[in-house]
Amino acid sequence: MAAIYSLFIINKSGGLIFYKDYGSAGRMDTNDSLRVASLWHSMHAISQQLSPTFGCSGIELLEADTFDLHCFQSLTGTKFFVVCEPGTQHMESLLKVIYELYTDYVLKNPFYEMEMPIRCELFDCNLSQAIQKDRVALLGR
Amino acid sequence: MIGVGKIKQYTNVLEKPINKGKQEVSLSAFAFLFSELVQYNQTHVDNIAELERRLEDAGYAVGARVLELLCHREKLCHISWAGFESLSFPSHVWIRLFVETAIEGNRRETRLLGILSFVHSTVWKVLFGKVADSLEKGTEHEDEYMISEKELLVNRFISIPKDMGTFNCGAFVAGIVRGVLDSAGFPAVVTAHFVPVEGQQRPRTTILIKFAEEVLQREARLG
Repeated sequence: MAAIYSLFIINKSGGLIFYKDYGSAGRMDTNDSLRVASLWHSMHAISQQLSPTFGCSGIELLEADTFDLHCFQSLTGTKFFVVCEPGTQHMESLLKVIYELYTDYVLKNPFYEMEMPIRCELFDCNLSQAIQKDRVALLGR
Repeated sequence: MIGVGKIKQYTNVLEKPINKGKQEVSLSAFAFLFSELVQYNQTHVDNIAELERRLEDAGYAVGARVLELLCHREKLCHISWAGFESLSFPSHVWIRLFVETAIEGNRRETRLLGILSFVHSTVWKVLFGKVADSLEKGTEHEDEYMISEKELLVNRFISIPKDMGTFNCGAFVAGIVRGVLDSAGFPAVVTAHFVPVEGQQRPRTTILIKFAEEVLQREARLG
């Protein structure tokens, strides 16, 4: 039972810099994932304008029949969003953890170019560990 | 002594007395600074060997200064002038006595194992907050010694891309060790290597120290 279906990280211009699929039926190839990411980026921006309340920072949670989508936007405009099973708990804290891993293992890496796709071994390792820990905690509840 | 018993805020970091013990720096701040150092050097070189050499040179400067700082801080002898007041010595004898006692309290390392254990424990403790994982003597050559570390602090957040081969940012630390050894009178060639470990995903880092011929000859002479 995989609670998380996939993880996306998009840069401030809407380009996909990281995509990880966790064994869902809806596995996408590169082009599709790029398209979906920029689609989300636009929707996020539009929702900020459409919001009836003042000071809206964009969509944080999208609930559908077959999935939930949790989105976290950092102060710099980088968006982290995760597609998961409906009703999955504690996705916000997981997104915060992923953000911290991003700042540690991607931003402190001298060989990483800003806004480019993430190709950092340490980030992948630690991300898998974090997801695994989350999965174990979920099964334990 | 000035400042004893008072907690004084120093506005300028250059005014802080260097005796002021261990200072801790934010790891993130250092990581970003080091990352910038690597990136800056990358734009100024044509190949990886050159980049490694530049990092080593940067470390060399740090090493030379670290040795001076640690030797200064490790002064074990505290001179008190009051003790000399009652004795009627001519002034030039006073000065000679003071200088001799000051050196006596702070012994300079002259033996190979002495300086290696100094690097392995004291220097590592001051720079990285812990002693190095291990110090070994090379089996193949007489002049080789290795300091190993599961993961160097400078490499904590760095993932080397595949196309950079065996490049190791630990060259900076190798430079520090070379700086310390050179300034202490033990010229050596120091390099950093990744050593794959069974059952572990991340390789271990080894700082390989190859001493110059004269060091070994001197060591043999000292017995």
